[in-house]
Amino acid sequence: MMNNERKIYLKNIKNKKKFILLTQILLILFILLIWEITSKIGIINNFLLSSPSKIFITIISLLKNNNLLSHIFTTLYEIIISFFIGNIIGLVIATIFWFNKTIYKVFDPFLTIINSLPKVSLGPLIIIINGANVRSIIIMALLISSILSIINIYNSFKNTDKNRIIIVKALGANKIQIFTKVVLPSNYLNIIDSFKINISMCFVGVIMGELLVSKKGIGYLINYGSQIFNMNMVLTGIFILVILTIIFYIIICKIEKAIKYK
Amino acid sequence: MNQILKIDKLYKNYQTRLNEINVLNNINLQVNKGDFIGIIGSSGSGKSTLLSIIANIEKPSCGSIIKDKNTLIGYMLQDDCLMPFLTILDNCLLGLKIKKEYTKENINKVKDMLKKYGLEEYTNSYPKDLSGGQRQRVALIRTLAISPDIILLDEPFSRLDYQTRLIVSNDIYNILKKEKKTLIMVTHDIDEALNICNRIVVLSNRPSKIKNIYNINYDKDDNFINNKTKEKYISYYNKIWKDIINDE
Repeated sequence: MMNNERKIYLKNIKNKKKFILLTQILLILFILLIWEITSKIGIINNFLLSSPSKIFITIISLLKNNNLLSHIFTTLYEIIISFFIGNIIGLVIATIFWFNKTIYKVFDPFLTIINSLPKVSLGPLIIIINGANVRSIIIMALLISSILSIINIYNSFKNTDKNRIIIVKALGANKIQIFTKVVLPSNYLNIIDSFKINISMCFVGVIMGELLVSKKGIGYLINYGSQIFNMNMVLTGIFILVILTIIFYIIICKIEKAIKYK
Repeated sequence: MNQILKIDKLYKNYQTRLNEINVLNNINLQVNKGDFIGIIGSSGSGKSTLLSIIANIEKPSCGSIIKDKNTLIGYMLQDDCLMPFLTILDNCLLGLKIKKEYTKENINKVKDMLKKYGLEEYTNSYPKDLSGGQRQRVALIRTLAISPDIILLDEPFSRLDYQTRLIVSNDIYNILKKEKKTLIMVTHDIDEALNICNRIVVLSNRPSKIKNIYNINYDKDDNFINNKTKEKYISYYNKIWKDIINDE
C-alpha cells in the first residue's frame, strides 16, 4: 500500500511534468500568435518573414499541387539511410580501433583532419565523382556524421571503467568477451548519445546536399523557394524540418529511456 | 605443508620514457591451502601489483607464480565492479558465462548462495538498489561462483563506512572460512588484517621486499570488536605498526 505522503510526492512530480509541457506548448502558441499579429499589422516584413497562417496555406497548396509528401519522403529516406550507415560505420570502426590501438593511432590524425575540414568544400568534388543524385547527398551526410560518430563511440569505449575490465579478465574473459560483456553494454547510453548528435549531423548533411544538387526534398524546396523569392515556401521547408527533427529526437529519447529503465 | 601457490623470486619493473621503476624486488612466499594471508605496506609499495600478477592480469618482469594448472583464482577489488546493466543474479553468473559453465546446477548453486547470504530478495534487482555492503557481498558471490581455490581481495572494504566495513569484513571472513577457501588479501588496515588473517606479510617501501612475516596466533573472537582488547592482538599490532612506521 502506498502511503499518503508518497502519493502526494508522485502526484507533484506528474503535475510538474504536465506544467512544463503545457508551458512549452503555450510558449510556442504565443510565439506563433505574436508572429501572426505582427505580420498582419505590418510590424515585421510580411514578404520576408511570412506568417504562420501563410505557412499553413502554403503547406496545403504544396500538398495539393506540388507533391509535398514526396519531398518529405525523399528527405526522410536520405536521412534514415545516412543515419543507419553512419552509425554502423561509427560502431564498426570504433570497435576495430578498440581492438587494435595501433590502427587507431595510425588513423587518429586523419580523422581529426577530416573532421575539422568544412565538408561543404567537398560538395563539388562529390557531385563530380557521383553525379547530381541521392548517392551524392548520402555521401555528404555520411562525411559529416560518421567521423564524429567514430570519434564519440571510440572515446566512450576507451573510457570504460578499467576495474570492470580487470574483474572480467580475472574471471577468465578473452578480448572478445571483454568487449561483448563489458565494453559494449557499459556504453549503450553513450552510443545513444552519439545517435542524438548523429541525427542532427545527418540533417545538416542531407539538407546541404539537397541545396547543392537535388531536384527533390525539403532542401530542394527551400532552395527553389529562395530562387523564385517565395519566402512562404522557404519558411514552410524550415518548419517541416523542425517538425522532422522533433520526431527523430522523440524517437531516440524513447529508445534511451527504455535502455535507462532496463 | 599443503602448498597451493608459491611466489618465486618475483620482480616487477615498470618502464616509463624517463626511467625504469622497480616496484617489486625479489618476493618469495609460500601459500598453503586454507591460509588467510594479509599483505600490508605503505601506499605505492606494490601490494596491488603483486595481487594482479598472482591473478595473471599483469606479467612479472622476472620470477614466477608456481601453482597447479587447475588451481582457480578469484579476484575482488575495492570497487565492487558490479555491472549496472545486469541484474544481481546475472552479475553473480558473469564468471560462469565467461567460463562457459552456465549450467542449471551452477545457476542453482548461485541462487543458493544468494539465499544463504541474505540477498535472495534482490535476485532480480539491479546493483543501484543495493547498499555498499550488500554490493560487496554480491561481488564475493560472483567470485565464489566460479569455485576458485584461492581468493584475492584488494582492499575490498576500503570504500565502506566504518560500521559497514566491520560487519561486511566479519561476514566475508565467515563465508570464506565456511567455504574452506584460501585467501590473499591486500589492506592498509592492520586491524582488518589481524581480524581476518593467520599470516601477515609486511612489505617495505618501493622497491618492495618482504620485510617481515607474522604468524598470527591468538584466540580470535567471532565478533571482531572484541579482539582489540586482547594482549596478543595489541602486541602484533604494535610490531606491525613499528615495521610500517620505521620504513616511512
